[in-house]
Amino acid sequence: MQTSTHLEISRRDLLISSAATVAVTGVAGGAIAQSAGNDMVQTSKVSFIVNGDIHNMKLDNRTTLLDALREHLHLTGTKKGCDHGQCGACTVIVDGRRLNACLTLAIMQEGRRVTTIEGLGKPGDLHPMQAAFIKHDGFQCGYCTPGQICSSVAVLEEIGANIPSHVTADLTSPVALTAAEVRERMSGNICRCGAYSNIIDAISDVGGMKA
Amino acid sequence: MNIIEDAKQAVQGLVQGAMAKAVALAPDSWMPGGEPDPLIRHQHGHVGKPLSRIDGPRKVTGSATFSAEFPVDGMVYAAVVFATIAKGRLVEIDTRSAEASPGVISVMTHRNAPKLNPPPVFMSSSKAAGGDNLPIMQDDRIHWNGQPIAVVLAESQEFADHAASLICATYEADVTLTNFAVAIAKGTEPSLFMGQPLHNEIGDAEKALKEAPVAVDATYRTPRHNHNAIELHAVTVAWTGDTLRIHDASQLVAHTAWSVAQMFGMDEKQVVVTSPFVGGGFGGKCLWQHQVLAAAAAKIVGRPVRLVLSREGVYRVVGGRTLTEQRVALGADKHGKFKALIHTGVIAKTPSNILPEPFIMPARSAYASETMLLDVQAVELDMLANTFMRAPGEAVGTFALESAIDELADALGIDPIELRLRNEPEKEPTSGLPFSSRHVVEAWKMGAERFGWDQRSVKPGLVRDGEWLVGLGCATATYPYYRMPGGAARITLTRLGQATVDIAAHEMGMGTATVQTQVVAERLGLSLEAITFNYGDSTLPGVVLAGGSQQTASIGASVIAAHRALVKELIKIAGNDSPLAGLKPDEVASRDAGLCKADDPSRFETYASILERAHRDEIRVEASPPDPLETMHWSMHSHGAMFCEVRVNAVTGEPRVSRFLGSFDCGRILNSKTAASQFRGGIIMGLGLALMEETQFDERYGRIMNPSLSEYHVPVHMDVPDIDVIWTDIPDPHTPMGAHGVGEIGITGTAAAVANAIYNATGKRMRDLPITLDKLL
Repeated sequence: MQTSTHLEISRRDLLISSAATVAVTGVAGGAIAQSAGNDMVQTSKVSFIVNGDIHNMKLDNRTTLLDALREHLHLTGTKKGCDHGQCGACTVIVDGRRLNACLTLAIMQEGRRVTTIEGLGKPGDLHPMQAAFIKHDGFQCGYCTPGQICSSVAVLEEIGANIPSHVTADLTSPVALTAAEVRERMSGNICRCGAYSNIIDAISDVGGMKA
Repeated sequence: MNIIEDAKQAVQGLVQGAMAKAVALAPDSWMPGGEPDPLIRHQHGHVGKPLSRIDGPRKVTGSATFSAEFPVDGMVYAAVVFATIAKGRLVEIDTRSAEASPGVISVMTHRNAPKLNPPPVFMSSSKAAGGDNLPIMQDDRIHWNGQPIAVVLAESQEFADHAASLICATYEADVTLTNFAVAIAKGTEPSLFMGQPLHNEIGDAEKALKEAPVAVDATYRTPRHNHNAIELHAVTVAWTGDTLRIHDASQLVAHTAWSVAQMFGMDEKQVVVTSPFVGGGFGGKCLWQHQVLAAAAAKIVGRPVRLVLSREGVYRVVGGRTLTEQRVALGADKHGKFKALIHTGVIAKTPSNILPEPFIMPARSAYASETMLLDVQAVELDMLANTFMRAPGEAVGTFALESAIDELADALGIDPIELRLRNEPEKEPTSGLPFSSRHVVEAWKMGAERFGWDQRSVKPGLVRDGEWLVGLGCATATYPYYRMPGGAARITLTRLGQATVDIAAHEMGMGTATVQTQVVAERLGLSLEAITFNYGDSTLPGVVLAGGSQQTASIGASVIAAHRALVKELIKIAGNDSPLAGLKPDEVASRDAGLCKADDPSRFETYASILERAHRDEIRVEASPPDPLETMHWSMHSHGAMFCEVRVNAVTGEPRVSRFLGSFDCGRILNSKTAASQFRGGIIMGLGLALMEETQFDERYGRIMNPSLSEYHVPVHMDVPDIDVIWTDIPDPHTPMGAHGVGEIGITGTAAAVANAIYNATGKRMRDLPITLDKLL
């Protein structure tokens, strides 16, 4: 006879403990405010800005930013592909930097500005990167696409801001917009349909990279 | 030139233009002596153009709705608990803590699940969709390590996931068979694919091999693979009265509706499966337990349920490609002519499914050989049922066959392309059927020139760039043309000149709606804007599988049949006052939003005019194409020639693909933009197959050990170089639109091209996939 419980420690449980650490340091003020007289605090209040709109929410402490966007704000353009920060489908831009929305808790976003794919452009009013993805066929099924596009927009800004990467050969001169730089920086966004070459073409087009 | 001459010329030009543009009715069968689809002759219309995807704006803005994104009021979230033994019995399952956990509504186990019939397993009947035929949560039996044993239903995903972690199961384990080598030692069984034995013999191949002046004989191994579509398998299900609505991620909506209806003892019309967008399929988005568990759970709680499998859950519940052990032995005379071609081996499956990985498919048609022995044996293991994954058979079969040909070329001292061309068959060796359209020689020649094959060093290990060893390799790509029975389409044509096509087909990234809109617009003589293409809904006509690279042919043939019915009806209602009066359907062609006499386009009337005279707002027809008899008359395949340049680090063994070219012969290319993307996508999955992909299976306990995208490696941006794709664009006169499938061909041949390039770079022959750096040190 063998006995076992569900073996894996859920990532959410791990995140809860890290969130508790954050609460002690006083960043997520809402969680502290609610803790009095309740031995198991389930929810916290949090306010953050998504695509220019402020959202005041009361959320389960375990809710990731990804699930807050998808299940609570119904912004389903941000995709769940692994929930473990391995595929990049949930990439959003928070305070100007790209981030895997599945790897951060919603209650940690107090006061932050989140830009999702819906905030970049809409059908009929596309962001240049969205238009370039269509022109260069930078996707097939379309599921990783919002993450690829959010990442692409941020990558061009990172290169523009002279932030080096693993493949930056010379740290003393400005980072160049090259295919290798883009490939390296985009490698956290998996596309199983294999649109990689076309995505590079789209980013190169928007970034003004010479062919 | 005066004004009158100009006008004359202009009129002449118009008539000629109209002649060229008019599309006659397509033949309703593709039999010997039959007329090719007239669309093949159309070179300047919508077909073939690099039209951007019509659903592109939705996909790039996140407004394309996938299965987990349909908002439903009162929805319950599900979390699945998986068995941790490979075979045996569930002695006890303690769900009390889970049930008492906050937010939990119910826990479903075999004790309270509704009674269900077992799933009809795929290929057991025309609409069967099940990955296996095992009962779903009906008893205490465990059949594989990872089988669902409980489903927690809660008010939020957080509540459900936490409660699932509280469930405690006690098992009584049976003796299991989870080790491939042990199973082979116990004995193998012959296998069947699509009802036919996976076995061919021509002459005495073993004898011919022994007598051949030059021979190679080696064993090749390929591991298990998982599809790893980035969209997680997910369903949103709701019961409305006696109707079950399933928002699924599916590559077979009609099959799924029928199969689920069988399980719940319902009429198939009571199950509605929709799937407007599928976030990648590759063979994995079919009917597995999760859809059925969600429907059963929704019945228990009386509320809609959303079940999104975790990434680990996908590995536990959805089968992948099985492992193979293949022997390829080739015997040749001194000029390279094949005297013997032997391709045999063993795969693993389960007792509950009927899909042996048919790795001998390429050898059946690719080369001429005096003798041949092809055979696939199977063993059955206690594991999750394997299933088809992109180019089942060909993806791994071409790795072994095309590596062996490279080995033989090396032994003979003949260029590997030249060796292939010397063994080009005149007809399919195993069936004796003529080829419907085979221009692989042209593909080889085009590709070799473009890639610079003449730059290849004949001797391996000689080209070095710093610490990198550089090599070139090539391989043949091949995948069959299929068109499965069951297609049907409905066309609705309105007085405003708008046409709507309805068919239960699928979009998983192939560009289905885009390409079919091009085809339908051209066939009906309408603008792209006048076409609406509806798909992804089981209530629409047709039983169309998005698999086997057959969907384009299936839709194409269905639309041809419906178009013929439409024209018949239009002529009938046009009456005696129409310029078309007295014409038969075969004498009529479409042009400029109307019909004309095929050889006299001036006898013309618009659809709007015909409908108006008949006082009709719209006309609606539905039809099915004839059975796919073309595959009985011809050997039909997509072909390709694959070229690869690799760089292998002499210090670390790290292999990098630095250049790749696919040169394809796949009939008429219907959209040069989306087809190129599919070719590249297949090649990239082939690079994964070659260099990194492996589902690691614990042979002691039958458990998959790397169920995540951090431990199962797929190609990322940095792994993929520029990939060049070119094609012959020669239409096949025996297929709808002259097209062959393009979805799977790219993954075939690729792994062998990589392995052969690695041999050319290093002198090391790699016969076990994936080719990781440890094997090159």
